[in-house]
Amino acid sequence: MAIPLSYNVRSVLGRPWATLATAFGIGMVVAILVLALALANGFQAALVATGSPDNAIVLRKGADSELSSGVSREAANIIRSNPEVATGPEGRPLVSPEVLVLINQERKHGQGPSNVTIRGVDREGLALRDDIKIYEGRDVASGASELLVGKRIADRFEGFGLGQQVNLNQRLFTVVGHFTAGGSGFESEVWGENAVLMPVLRGDVFQSVTFRLKDPARFAALKKELESDPRLGVQLKRERDYYSDLAGPLATSMRVIGILIVLIMAVGALFAAMNTMFASIGSRSREIATMLTLGFGPGALMLAFLVESMLIALLGGVIGCLLALPVNGTATSTTNFSTFSEIAFAFQITPTILGIGMLFALMLGFVGGLLPAWKASRQPLAAAMRAM
Amino acid sequence: MELLPLVWTNLMRNKLRTILTTLSVFVALFLFVLLHGITDTLTASTQVASERRLVTRNKISLVFPLPMSQYEKIKAVPGVSAVSWSNWFGGQDPVDSRGFFAQFAVDAKTYFPLYASDIEIAQASPAPAGTPVPPGVDPKLAAFMNQRDACVVGEKLLLKRGWKLGQTIHLNGTIYPGSWPYVIRAVYRPKIKALDAETMFFHWDYLYEKSNRQAQVGIFIFSLADPSQAATIGKRVDAMFENSSNATHTETERAFQAGFVSMFGNIPFVIQVIGLAVAFSIFLVAAVTMMMAIRERTNEFAVLKTLGFGDGSVFLMVLAEAGAITLTGGLAGSLLAKFLLERTGLMVPGFSTMIVRWDTVLLGIGVAVLMGAFSGLLPAWQASRLKIVDALRKVG
Repeated sequence: MAIPLSYNVRSVLGRPWATLATAFGIGMVVAILVLALALANGFQAALVATGSPDNAIVLRKGADSELSSGVSREAANIIRSNPEVATGPEGRPLVSPEVLVLINQERKHGQGPSNVTIRGVDREGLALRDDIKIYEGRDVASGASELLVGKRIADRFEGFGLGQQVNLNQRLFTVVGHFTAGGSGFESEVWGENAVLMPVLRGDVFQSVTFRLKDPARFAALKKELESDPRLGVQLKRERDYYSDLAGPLATSMRVIGILIVLIMAVGALFAAMNTMFASIGSRSREIATMLTLGFGPGALMLAFLVESMLIALLGGVIGCLLALPVNGTATSTTNFSTFSEIAFAFQITPTILGIGMLFALMLGFVGGLLPAWKASRQPLAAAMRAM
Repeated sequence: MELLPLVWTNLMRNKLRTILTTLSVFVALFLFVLLHGITDTLTASTQVASERRLVTRNKISLVFPLPMSQYEKIKAVPGVSAVSWSNWFGGQDPVDSRGFFAQFAVDAKTYFPLYASDIEIAQASPAPAGTPVPPGVDPKLAAFMNQRDACVVGEKLLLKRGWKLGQTIHLNGTIYPGSWPYVIRAVYRPKIKALDAETMFFHWDYLYEKSNRQAQVGIFIFSLADPSQAATIGKRVDAMFENSSNATHTETERAFQAGFVSMFGNIPFVIQVIGLAVAFSIFLVAAVTMMMAIRERTNEFAVLKTLGFGDGSVFLMVLAEAGAITLTGGLAGSLLAKFLLERTGLMVPGFSTMIVRWDTVLLGIGVAVLMGAFSGLLPAWQASRLKIVDALRKVG
């Protein structure tokens, strides 16, 4: 026969401080786990959201990012005239050959300099990206030396306020607007018109060509066609895949480092949980003897103590999730070394991540309770009685 | 002093609890020191960079090259003693495209003399006797100097990739397209621990002969006759090019390196916060364990007091017990973290060499002592305030 659950609940409540301290220890481990996963998740989400599944991006063959890529004007024109490229309402093909450079700029609050991406887009560039909204100022005038600055850059870096001027190769560009991009990586960029930026920055070469697919299902055939065209020497990727590939290395190392920390921490918390369980069982020889006398078997006892340990862990899991939740949405930034430039993103806690956290807590409770529970259930009745 | 045997006996009465608590403190401090080690490593990577050398890059950002014509002009600035240059290559090993390492195309005849105090040549292919090397270049580099597609790789890189001296390796260029063959002709070893041992150097001439591009320079590096003039000379160099189409930004090598570290943004700060959170949660657990240990022994303290032990002695005894546990755990955890990270292959992903400063180890031990003091304080106070009558009444 099993020992009723209420027995465990009462024992746990009977020693509130020890229970809380152990639960808190487990809670911290869970909180760090949740935060590490949320960090990696938020970073990846920002980059994945950057690309649209309906867009394709063309880079030079062998280039691992736009930074190391180069696409000639001639190649851009060949791509523009491909029938698989979708056309806009005015009948113009939705293509944006883009120039991309980095400028080194000081962060606010004396946090040192970092690299900011400057992207020169075609007039169709804005139409290709659905979520771009200018929330302050205005759009750049065609042909003028003007820039639009993404919100996360405007907030974090010096020198990007409305009306401020940026010196690029002896030419002054004025910031005329700030934009949001639905939380995607574009919010961490500065945009201008490619025709204006290109001669100033890179000479006669684009870094990439992005276009809307007329039929996204025919991507594979188009990829084959363009990549085998000897005039082009390019590679084709879906825009979404391109950006999520860029997230890969950093997101992976965030997860690996996070999980490494959590595993080491878990060992510490495990010792603590065992300690509490041993102490709690040690002070209950009397109860254990009584239960054995009443006819509860060692199996039932072991199960009961395991359940008790997992109850404490469950509480710990809840504490951990609650500790982590307020951080959800907090923005932070770092350099993505795949693009060598600053990217801002927010911690993103999802139900799955919370679930992983709770599961991990339960696992800690189980493993931590195993040895004490086993020891308790193996207590010979005579010895237990003597302790009375 | 006569209290010590008592403290020892108390620690040994519940061996399992003592061991478990010590172990949890041990793990906490191990992690604390490990996390601090990451920040230490980042700081160390800037500190090894010289303040005696200056680096000139394109003012807009590192991504933009500089024209070769600036070389003679920088060299002519009074106070500049030697100038070299390098380019970032950005190649990928097709065998393992995720395993990143840095490759630089350098002007070997000027580059290696400039870094002679930082790196030494550990292995090198033999060259025919009497093969000339430029002045200041390690004679061991003779074979490398006289082969167009030769390269020098770091000792750790060689080991990690399983390469051998004399082997031909291939890299795929991301910036300079195509497949690039190189022959490993020498292996370098950093003389300073924090310096990267996973870099590859090859001839700058090879880069432009093979890529058929207009030859340009990534950065210029130069040394000074008088390092105290760094700021003045840096300004003078930048002033020369200020109104050209290739404006420059000159800073000390250390500041240049610090620029990379600052790119991590607030990640190092987040890591330190985690370290503190770990220490704090384990502190709580240690405190509760101490309280449990003391509560169990209420009547023993009463007996001690009856025997004539003063309040102060009882207080010290309990405090010493807590201190012994956290100090042992803390000492072992902190020292092990230093040893493991610096001496063995264990490392945090993304770092090739880990540095843990002694300050950090001391900080870890300090945290452990504080943990012991605070976790013991309340139980010690309770035990010392215990009235014999009350305590003995609880017997049973």
